[in-house]
Amino acid sequence: MKHSVIIMVLLPLLVLTGCQSMVESNQQNASLYQQLGERSGIADIVEDLLYRIVEDERINDQFRGIDVRQFHTNLTDQLCELSGGPCTYSGRGMRESHADMNVTDTQFNALAENLILAMEENGIPTGAQNRLIKKLVPLYPQIRNL
Amino acid sequence: MTRFATLLSTGLLALTASASLSADTGSRLWATGGVTSVGGAAGGGLSPWALLGGYASDEEWGGTLTLSRAATDDYTLSVVGAGVTWNNRIELTLARQTLDLDSLVFTLKNGFGLEEDELVQDVFGLKVRLAGDALYSPWGQWSAGLLHKRNREFTVPDAIGAEDDSGTDIYVGGSKLFFAAVMDRNLLVNATVRGTKANQGGLLGFGGDRNDSYEAMFEGSVGLFVTRQWLVGTEYRQKPDNLGFATEDDWWDVFVAWVPDRRLSITAALVNLGDVATLEDQRGAYLSLQASF
Repeated sequence: MKHSVIIMVLLPLLVLTGCQSMVESNQQNASLYQQLGERSGIADIVEDLLYRIVEDERINDQFRGIDVRQFHTNLTDQLCELSGGPCTYSGRGMRESHADMNVTDTQFNALAENLILAMEENGIPTGAQNRLIKKLVPLYPQIRNL
Repeated sequence: MTRFATLLSTGLLALTASASLSADTGSRLWATGGVTSVGGAAGGGLSPWALLGGYASDEEWGGTLTLSRAATDDYTLSVVGAGVTWNNRIELTLARQTLDLDSLVFTLKNGFGLEEDELVQDVFGLKVRLAGDALYSPWGQWSAGLLHKRNREFTVPDAIGAEDDSGTDIYVGGSKLFFAAVMDRNLLVNATVRGTKANQGGLLGFGGDRNDSYEAMFEGSVGLFVTRQWLVGTEYRQKPDNLGFATEDDWWDVFVAWVPDRRLSITAALVNLGDVATLEDQRGAYLSLQASF
């Protein structure tokens, strides 16, 4: 009896997972850049990310006094280039730009969380979110200045 | 069963209510505290992982409260646990395990003249993150821990040949999340090596007539994040076999965990504990509720 209850829960979930994966694997051929909505989609994500940063007590101090327009352009170009889009990031290197910020793990996690939520807000599929994060993870030691 | 359902639902309401009071649950990303293992340490259901419980990042405190229950053919294990984590560096945990002997009561009475209907054990856990971060370090996260276990009633373990009523497991574990690894989904991999003398996790005492020294046991698990709120996976835990009166088997399970947000997680599993104290092929269902604050 108790087995069948669990199977009733597990089985549909696995089937759903399978279906969702098949649908999304069709989209896998589309480049990450396209899945993010190309440059205009990425610009929307970055805009929502900036609103979230301003509201977030854990990290907004670190962004106080920045040129918001310039930051928006730079980060959009950076994510566009990282995702395989036809953009060129023209800002400073990650290590250089974060050298005096003493970014903590708490702050790094807070930014990652806000980016994921901004992508969710813009309807980016889970797989594309994961692929973008995967490309950003190698920047961790440069941003934390490790 | 009804009593436990009531306890669970009351507990869950109390836990979520108390967790909601504190808005800040820590900054680590969702589900990166794992769930609470039967021994109280953060991990899967059966095995401790290198991840620390709750969501405390490097400048934060966090904690968890857990109610779990596994009901197999002839046994019921209930666990109440609590833990705190400091700066994503040190995790302290407490767990009380109660094993209802159900069918074994008759074996004990007829074979040993014992009138026990449950076994109770307390587990005090300490885990330290040694190096790395499961998400951001290419080599993953590595932790070491102790689980000090004390039987509250030693009559049954003593009668079946256990040497000690308390023991300490030591373990080293590694955890690593691989982003977009399988069908663009994130894959969590854990491996733990545990030095232990515990019989059936310690509920049947420590050491025995067949073996009374520490042995290294391997434990491993893999979990796939279908979304950031749903994790499905499987776990395996190798076990020693110290008692002559009955063989002890390895444990494994298949689980699904739902983590709607940082404050709450619900884990359901099919567990297979093998032969336990002469009763064969113990399979059943596992349910665990965890609140984080």
